[in-house]
Amino acid sequence: MTEFEVPVLSIKNLNKQFGPGCDHCRNPEPMALIKNYCSVCGTVYACRDVSFDVYPGEVLGIVGESGSGKSTLMQCLYFDQETTSGEGYISSYQNGLKNLFEESSQQKRYIRNHLMGKVYQNPLLGLKIDFSSIGNIAEKLIAAGSRNVGMMEARGSELLSKVNIPVHRRKEAPKNFSGGMQQRVQIAKALSNQPPILLLDEVTTGLDLSVQASVLDLIKSLQREMNISIVLVSHDLGVIRMLADRTLVMLEGQVIEQGLTDQILEDPQAPFTQSLVHSLL
Amino acid sequence: MENLLEIRDLSKSFILHNLGKNIHAVSGIDISLKEGDFIGITGKSGSGKSTILKCIYGTYMLGQGSIWYNSKKFGPINIREATNRQMIYLRKHEIGYVSQFLNVMPRTTARQLVKQAILEMGRDQEQAEIETEKILSHFELGPELWDSYPATFSGGEKLRLNIARAMVKKPRLLLLDEPTASLDYESKIKVKILIEQLIHEGTTMLGIFHDLEFMNNLCDREYNMQNGVFTLAH
Repeated sequence: MTEFEVPVLSIKNLNKQFGPGCDHCRNPEPMALIKNYCSVCGTVYACRDVSFDVYPGEVLGIVGESGSGKSTLMQCLYFDQETTSGEGYISSYQNGLKNLFEESSQQKRYIRNHLMGKVYQNPLLGLKIDFSSIGNIAEKLIAAGSRNVGMMEARGSELLSKVNIPVHRRKEAPKNFSGGMQQRVQIAKALSNQPPILLLDEVTTGLDLSVQASVLDLIKSLQREMNISIVLVSHDLGVIRMLADRTLVMLEGQVIEQGLTDQILEDPQAPFTQSLVHSLL
Repeated sequence: MENLLEIRDLSKSFILHNLGKNIHAVSGIDISLKEGDFIGITGKSGSGKSTILKCIYGTYMLGQGSIWYNSKKFGPINIREATNRQMIYLRKHEIGYVSQFLNVMPRTTARQLVKQAILEMGRDQEQAEIETEKILSHFELGPELWDSYPATFSGGEKLRLNIARAMVKKPRLLLLDEPTASLDYESKIKVKILIEQLIHEGTTMLGIFHDLEFMNNLCDREYNMQNGVFTLAH
């Protein structure tokens, strides 16, 4: 069967290790590591041989316990971390022919500013907490090449109202805002350059239920209206079930299972996925 | 491929790692559906009826055997070999699934739910709005329900909404997983009328019914399921 659609983002054999590695842990024998940690040299293998594709307009869920490498993977995708090895391609960048991870840092900045948006679990990482909210959005717009102040004001206000931040509070700094509001400012910022790819890392973790609901509704409507492709990391299976079409399950840095979200939840194959699903309330 | 759906020697078991057990669900299932067929399946709870439908829909991974579906888009395709993205396409455009449980996004109104399904078929906003109201009324869901959340609906209303949502997509193959379970007589009659209409429109259906006598003169063939084994009843 031939491919009937082209992925927006394609990741092949991504590896990320913290530490130099040694003869002991480079040994391909599975016993060489304790989980993903080498007891000889202390190297942590955070992402091991991770491959996946993201298609236009879909939400790809990534689940896994804490420490399974989900956030490291997201950091690698957004160039917050150097990858150790692996390839990444974006269909709208150089016709999908250039490996993103081997590009110059200038090109990486271009990709980050024009083709991606990211929302961090911790708003402190995604926002300048002392700048005005609209200033935060302008920062991303400037990075993406905008110079027209009037246009940036207008776009910033439009985005803030889209994420339900009252326009009269646009000049306030996010540090004055509640956690849910900060998260929504981050989403507005991430969307400002109309990226084809949005990376969401545990965006609802730590928010109370009603705020969580409004953030989720927002994500769903954005995806419907703007046809953005979203990579959604969460350890909340309820969030995944609600938003993701397909899901990857990570354990100790590796993708151990992937499939349709309802298949992962109703007919999980791997022992870890089964115990994860059984833990669902 | 002559048939719309051909299941050959289907088996499915579940490996439960925590119990170290292998639960056997169904084996040696063969069914063929021609376009326009309406096939009924009966059997006790736990006999493996839903397992078959979920294997066709891709919710369960196939064990042994094959499920061939003659897709408009992809031609004959073995569900086992279909990619996830192909399954998502088929679910959106060709294969519908209705169960007694309404599984929807919370905080989505009945209107949004149906409208979304119509939009996915490529209609524009205005058309979708008109069609949504038409189909909701058709299923006797009154205007007072259109803008409320399905979570607050009665069982019968939920089910009718569920079928409405599946029907607007005019799937070529509709899988019915006990759509009449837990409904009162009145509501069952309504569902039956809908099914008659679908038969009339030429929709191919494979349905599980606890009380098949209710569907009696509608089915082209009936199968009975016992301990994971299939027999032709009529």
